[in-house]
Amino acid sequence: MQHSRQFLLESYRSMATIRRFEDRVHDEFAGGKIPGFVHLYAGEEASAVGVCSQLDSRDAIASTHRGHGHCIAKGCDVPAMMKEIYGRRDGLCGGKGGSMHIADLAKGMLGANGIVGGGPPLVCGAALTAKYLKTGGVAVAFVGDGGSNQGTTLESYNLAKVWQLPVIFVVEDNGYAESTASAWSVGGSQLGRAAGFGMPGAEVDGFDFFAVYDVARDAIERARNGDGPSLIHARLSRYYGHFEGDAMTYRAPGETAKLREEKDSLKIFRKQVTSAGLLEHKEIDAVEAEVSKLIDEAVAAAEAAAPPSEADLATDVYVTY
Amino acid sequence: MSKKSYRDAIREAIAGEMRRDHRVIVMGEDNAGGAGTPGEKDAWGGVLGVTKGLQPEFGADRVLDTPITESAFIGAAAGAAATGLRPIAELMFVDFMGVCFDQIFNQAAKFRYMFGGKAVTPLVIRTMYGAGFRAASQHSQCLYPLFTHIPGLKVVLPSSPYDAKGLLIQAIRDDDPVIFFEHKLMYDEAAEVPDESYTIPFGEANVTREGRDATIVAFGRMVNLANQAADELKRQGVGVTVIDPRTTSPLDTETILDSVAETGRLVVVDESHPRCSMASDIARLVAEEAFSDLKAPIKTVTAPHTPVPFSPALEDIYVPTPAKIRDAVFAVREGRA
Repeated sequence: MQHSRQFLLESYRSMATIRRFEDRVHDEFAGGKIPGFVHLYAGEEASAVGVCSQLDSRDAIASTHRGHGHCIAKGCDVPAMMKEIYGRRDGLCGGKGGSMHIADLAKGMLGANGIVGGGPPLVCGAALTAKYLKTGGVAVAFVGDGGSNQGTTLESYNLAKVWQLPVIFVVEDNGYAESTASAWSVGGSQLGRAAGFGMPGAEVDGFDFFAVYDVARDAIERARNGDGPSLIHARLSRYYGHFEGDAMTYRAPGETAKLREEKDSLKIFRKQVTSAGLLEHKEIDAVEAEVSKLIDEAVAAAEAAAPPSEADLATDVYVTY
Repeated sequence: MSKKSYRDAIREAIAGEMRRDHRVIVMGEDNAGGAGTPGEKDAWGGVLGVTKGLQPEFGADRVLDTPITESAFIGAAAGAAATGLRPIAELMFVDFMGVCFDQIFNQAAKFRYMFGGKAVTPLVIRTMYGAGFRAASQHSQCLYPLFTHIPGLKVVLPSSPYDAKGLLIQAIRDDDPVIFFEHKLMYDEAAEVPDESYTIPFGEANVTREGRDATIVAFGRMVNLANQAADELKRQGVGVTVIDPRTTSPLDTETILDSVAETGRLVVVDESHPRCSMASDIARLVAEEAFSDLKAPIKTVTAPHTPVPFSPALEDIYVPTPAKIRDAVFAVREGRA
């Protein structure tokens, strides 16, 4: 399909922002600057952006514990995200959520989730709201191969089908659920499960933005037309560990270096658009420079920002109590 | 004003709010009943008939039967609440919380706090609790202490048809997640209930009897048993104050502490198991904040630390009774441990 130059540049910008954000968080975490757990999305950018680039303000997504990528792809404020990860008072969630609960409901981002499989039921709810209020919106549940085995995910497939909800389930299969292989932990197949629940399914190369875009377009259109849920099985890879600090001894020696060389969604995208004459290298380089500046400024601002105070501890447990 | 059952009072609250606010929807297993079947629609209207008549009035888009899939539909109710609807979801028996507690305590309860105050989750979960139905261990528990423990949830235990209607309307209009506990033995209990809509604020106890000799704090159906005990005690010349907190979260601590300051003697009646119960919670409150007001040790009347037994002979011993409450009042009057 034909994409505008602006769309191509914005999509690249979104993917590059995710990559540079995650690589930087990796470095800062290694330097002891970031509290708690972080789970990095570097390597998986084409999935988040291939889907979210087609969503608008009517639409909602829910993510996994590996939520920075989806958050950026859905248009959340990058400096506010960085402050949140650093636990600052004017972080995206007031420093109350952190990396694993990063969210912006106003942008339709229902949150990263510390509970594997926590997202799909919530997405059924967002889809129900869209269907009931006739907004035309759709809702996307990103789950990992690990989360694809959780009962909540499978129940959500069933509920979305039975209630004919405008949902897209995106299984981001990066080959590993924590330290075990998806080939080992997934009984049957993702597409087999979709078919078992009566949903259309599509498998896609999760490193290829355009391939993801195309299957997502079909799923989104189906949902908007009231034809119910679909499943996308995106095969991709994470460059980093399950969590930062994971020595990744369960991976083959040299695996991630090889991936960065041969399976890089940014490089693949660049090659595709430049060889087709859609964009020039210097335009893409300019975006990279802007992204680099954005991340540098976000980190500097996060380091300088104030943490919450004791007065903030007990706020926002309830609307009223 | 007319005589209404606890069941009808609850249904009236729901119907009134659905007429008033388009965003209120109902979902649960067999909340209408008959989905996809060749027989009648609205076949059950809820397993004990509480939601009967709602789907015929409001339609199947608004009163939703669900498959038997609590983790998905309770989670969907949480997600719908966070995105603009005001769902009333039914957890048919609170004993089933095991399959959907994450959606309640890790998701709905925590959105507002985790997301820095930007989420509003106006979710109501209605659920049945309590023993005496011979439904045995997996259909008879109370469990409201577990929900009370969770910051971000509100927990409501109406003890009468009047309270049920007012508290449920309050719950539906409340912008926080509310768990609304309906004792399954009370549905046929009838009393005068206004026809119009009204609300009862959360965190405001109801004092059903007043007396200076002892304070009884009781929860849910136990309020009625405490009232029976109080009436019998009055005939014997002992006056007790009976406090129905109505909501365990938020809790009206002031009414409880003020009463203990007056009477110096406290009995707590809670159908829960004794450990980490509302009984232990109230005892902690008074022992810590009103110790010098106490003239005798606190006495609690609870179920035992056992699952709910099936045999009626055993279940009738399991559940607190007015006689046990009366004996507890005598004990605190004598200062006996």
